[in-house]
Amino acid sequence: MTDDDRREGDGERRHPETPGTPGFRREADQDRIRAAIRKEIKADRPPDLPPTMEYRAHASNKIIELEHVYLGFERPILEDVSFQALSGETIVVAGESGTGKSTILKLLLRLLTPDRGEVYIDGDEITSLSFTDALRVRQKMGMVFQGAALFDSLTVYENIAYPLREHTTLGEDEIEARVREKLQFVDLDPDRVMDQPPSDLSGGMRKRVGIARGMANNAKIMLYDEPTSGLDPLTTGTITHLIIKLQRELGVTSIVVTHDIRSAFRMASRIAVLHDRKICFFGTPEEMSGSDDKYLRDFLGGF
Amino acid sequence: MTPPAAVNRSPDLHLLERFNDAAKRKIQSLQEFFVLAAKAIGFAFSRPFYRSDLIQQMDSIGVQSLPIVLLTGFFTGMVLALQSSVQLKTFGATMYIGRLVAASMIRELGPVLAGLMVAGRVGSGIAAQIGSMRVTEQIDALNTLGTDPIRKLVTPRVLAALIMLPTLTVINDFAGILGGNVIAMAYVGIPTSLYWRTVWEQIAGGGFIFKYIPNDFVHGLVKPFVFGGIISLVGCNFGLKTTGGTEGVGVATTRTVVTASILILVVDYFITQLLLAFLPT
Repeated sequence: MTDDDRREGDGERRHPETPGTPGFRREADQDRIRAAIRKEIKADRPPDLPPTMEYRAHASNKIIELEHVYLGFERPILEDVSFQALSGETIVVAGESGTGKSTILKLLLRLLTPDRGEVYIDGDEITSLSFTDALRVRQKMGMVFQGAALFDSLTVYENIAYPLREHTTLGEDEIEARVREKLQFVDLDPDRVMDQPPSDLSGGMRKRVGIARGMANNAKIMLYDEPTSGLDPLTTGTITHLIIKLQRELGVTSIVVTHDIRSAFRMASRIAVLHDRKICFFGTPEEMSGSDDKYLRDFLGGF
Repeated sequence: MTPPAAVNRSPDLHLLERFNDAAKRKIQSLQEFFVLAAKAIGFAFSRPFYRSDLIQQMDSIGVQSLPIVLLTGFFTGMVLALQSSVQLKTFGATMYIGRLVAASMIRELGPVLAGLMVAGRVGSGIAAQIGSMRVTEQIDALNTLGTDPIRKLVTPRVLAALIMLPTLTVINDFAGILGGNVIAMAYVGIPTSLYWRTVWEQIAGGGFIFKYIPNDFVHGLVKPFVFGGIISLVGCNFGLKTTGGTEGVGVATTRTVVTASILILVVDYFITQLLLAFLPT
């Protein structure tokens, strides 16, 4: 690549708000970054986790499907977005801020309906469901919100017990057993946190309680909205491991929306990158780190 | 953000279009308000019904509003008695203080003052609470966990307000008449027995419906019932529509108090007009 080429490339960069950001200086830098990413994938992947490609071969049924979804409000947000998640997979939806990543989760939960296109959850087309039927489908899914969205007026115990009280006829003993089990799963001491209000917990603990609430109903599908945003590197690591643990031990299918590429590489079976309202890449982390696409390289450059 | 296509159009058309859009938005938000009201009341008659939330709301809307309602009622009654004693003295009719206090408290001041006080205390609280639940995604979380937020949050608040506002008003009326009693006795020198007799004369003089229910009581209870609906629904409506983070919560709170207070005063006039037509004295 000559200097002129690079300057031209800089001119059409997709970040008009940061025109001064330097692009990649040399090919050698690129290779070094790619090597680092590969190393990271290998190092961080728990040793007994099956390699992603092999894992894909095992999973067969599509549990989540987006088919040519279009959505817009004042301006278009998603255009012709399609991807599938196989049962037991962890799909990471990555992309810059404000590209409609979280909107995809709202579509899956049917908090929003697409202007065009279909959304399938576990074989059911959900865009045409009535409000009551949508409530029923949502029980198959556990959602972990960006700020955890725990109910302020309830204790940690009541927060996790909430979906059980709403949708099951479990007795109080069974509910308590379930709450303790879920708290232990997310590495929290039940006796210490159960009676606290969520406002007394740290950000990482709130997130873990959020995960415990999301999985309280033994959901088959877990949705995470920016699970590691605003957390310190150590807590980011534990939350990432927790998401991996959920997939490995419970076989949960996960959709993770994040722009934290580092943890994305650690947990993803496949990564979907959203850019300019479309999915510009959908494949394994290995395929992504090996890609020659200019945007992907820029995107990974932040890593 | 201005649509780029608008640049080429004539300014008049542009203005007209903007006016049209604004009007459409207003009508749409009005429609959303009535849909919310219909749903909130409809959910009161179907399962699941959140009884514990209703009781909790009755406590926070009703019981906890008691001190301010008692205080405003008592002082309003006192100042009514004081002012009317000055006026009535010129006609030598100070013995009618009880009538005046009762008439104004039961028909107008009791319901309106209780309404305004509760709009300030409870309406703002509802908007702030639901608004912050909205901006911290707790409303979305309710939806996700399979609960209709209207059923869980709005219905208990509306029902609690419909029940508690008339109750508070009765207490407010009573505190006011008692306040008038204190002033009539201490400053004007009217015996308590005479004061209460004139209070009853006023109530009886207003006429009865179904033979035993004084018209004054109907006036005094229909109004707070409607006000309760207004306060809770306006608070929930602005709370649920909150956008723009913590600042949005402040905006929702302010709008709730302003809108609810104005609606109370305007609707009060029309209810009075209607009731006077249907319940002639």
